[in-house]
Amino acid sequence: MIPILLGITVLSFGVMRLAPGGPAEAQMDFSAKASAEARERLRKLYGADQPFYKQYATWLKKFMTLDFGEAFADGRKVKDKIIECLPITLTINILSLGLVLLIAIPIGIMSATRQYSLLDRFTTIFVFVGFSTPSFWLALLLIYILGVQWGVVPISGIHSLDITGLTFWGRLVDEANHLVLPVFVSAFGGLAGFSRYMRNNMLEVMRQDYIRTARAKGLPERTIIYKHALRNALMPVITILGLSLPGIIGGSVIMETVFGIPGMGRLLYQAVFSRDYNLAMGILVPAAFLTLFGNFFADIAYAFTDPRVRLK
Amino acid sequence: MANTESFTSRTFHYLMKNKFAVTGGILVLLVFVLSLLAPWIAPYDPAVIDIKNILIGPSFSHILGTDDLGRDVFSRMLWGGRVSLEVGFVAVGIATVIGVILGAIAGFYGGWVDSIIMRAVDIMLSIPTIFLVLAVIAILEPNIINIMIVIGLTSWMEPARLIRAEFISLKEREFVIAARALGAMDVRIIVKHILPNGLSPILVSATMGIGGAVLVESALSFLGLGVQPPTPSWGSLLSSGKDNIEIAWWLSAFPGLAILVTVLGYNLLGEGIRDALDPRQQE
Repeated sequence: MIPILLGITVLSFGVMRLAPGGPAEAQMDFSAKASAEARERLRKLYGADQPFYKQYATWLKKFMTLDFGEAFADGRKVKDKIIECLPITLTINILSLGLVLLIAIPIGIMSATRQYSLLDRFTTIFVFVGFSTPSFWLALLLIYILGVQWGVVPISGIHSLDITGLTFWGRLVDEANHLVLPVFVSAFGGLAGFSRYMRNNMLEVMRQDYIRTARAKGLPERTIIYKHALRNALMPVITILGLSLPGIIGGSVIMETVFGIPGMGRLLYQAVFSRDYNLAMGILVPAAFLTLFGNFFADIAYAFTDPRVRLK
Repeated sequence: MANTESFTSRTFHYLMKNKFAVTGGILVLLVFVLSLLAPWIAPYDPAVIDIKNILIGPSFSHILGTDDLGRDVFSRMLWGGRVSLEVGFVAVGIATVIGVILGAIAGFYGGWVDSIIMRAVDIMLSIPTIFLVLAVIAILEPNIINIMIVIGLTSWMEPARLIRAEFISLKEREFVIAARALGAMDVRIIVKHILPNGLSPILVSATMGIGGAVLVESALSFLGLGVQPPTPSWGSLLSSGKDNIEIAWWLSAFPGLAILVTVLGYNLLGEGIRDALDPRQQE
């Protein structure tokens, strides 16, 4: 665990810092008049004049105390910026994940229990198309059709400009309207993956001996599917949830750019571009750690529920 | 070798019986041929600006319309297909070579070598790919070569895992022990004896990887970090299309459709190959 955690920080830090043109240069690009002297002063301020390993050590020491430092762009605390953006991204992703599970699990069960039926074939095709659809393209099409042509949903931002004049409920409705497209588009790709995964798990489980035993002792098919099979088929889905975190962050970068949402994805995108490494590291490293811990706990949960898995 | 041949032909037989796989193969071939023949079948020069005919919708003279500089969208898509596929193939090639080398070493030698390589895989899988790609592209200038390299360098983990698993199960088999007893060197055993027997899962991951790489390229170009205008790729066409989404839907719709069809083709084909190689599916 520890070497992986360290590896994650070294790699992220290395990629950010070995770049020619550090944060000082990125800021100076905007003001061509800045003198070499001012440039040097800025470099010193950011610690960019020191060797790589020293910069890394300084960063790591602060990071250990959960101090992510300040963002270069505006000098505000990285923690504050994250706390500001996180709820937006979390809301969108939790809603879309909920939507995905709500639809994907029943679809997976149905197409597995009625393998090769019309529904199964239809979902198989849908899954392949869903997998292959560029999310930003789907977003553009929906923006055009639903937003521009029909005008039924707002196409960008997280709320209307004149939101202050609205009542609490009015504001809620306004924000919900703005969430429709991002949540739906984010869910679309995941839907395909999860329903396929759920179907395969169910098929695998339904082949097991204990299902045959359950049938043999005359249990009703409902009980067999929902009590015996479903529980076992759901376990691996939990593991996949942990693994999908990096993908969710990647998806957020694109979604938030398309829909103009001020969330974590866009924050990361801007941070990488302005070489704001405090900010970028402050977003990435906790996210990578979460992924790792997620996998770790999924493994443990696995071992607890499945006696065949042994922890070494 | 007779055994290998019958295995190949049997696999091909199963593949041809699978409607999804055949559809995928046709899509892949179609896109490939159209892109390859772009210089001959493109009705217009993809770079020629025609101010008199800007932003006209799909019509007889321009079947997929023209863009904001009057360039023919269909011709640009044919040429863009070349770029997108090129990126897909080369990126997957890089990823596969790295993955096979590291996976083979990890699986064959085991022990601390294996631990180091697999921890590297874990690290790479924990960091969002898009960050690595963004960070590297922000350093290097975004051009076709760099895009290929970056996508390749961030997607070798799956082939590495697959090859490692193959090596672990194959290295104790009799033919490997026999080769070792005859005094074959490690490199020879790895390359000549084990690798040819462990390549089939790689075929699946590479096929689907091409689709994945096309998607990543388009996403990067869409963010303005991929293939740069005026060079057309499907992603960069989409990216310029988004600025005109309110007045010219065809600029976004068709390049996206091309990406969808291509990725769908490779996914269907890859899944088909997987099923054809899986003995459990062949009852």
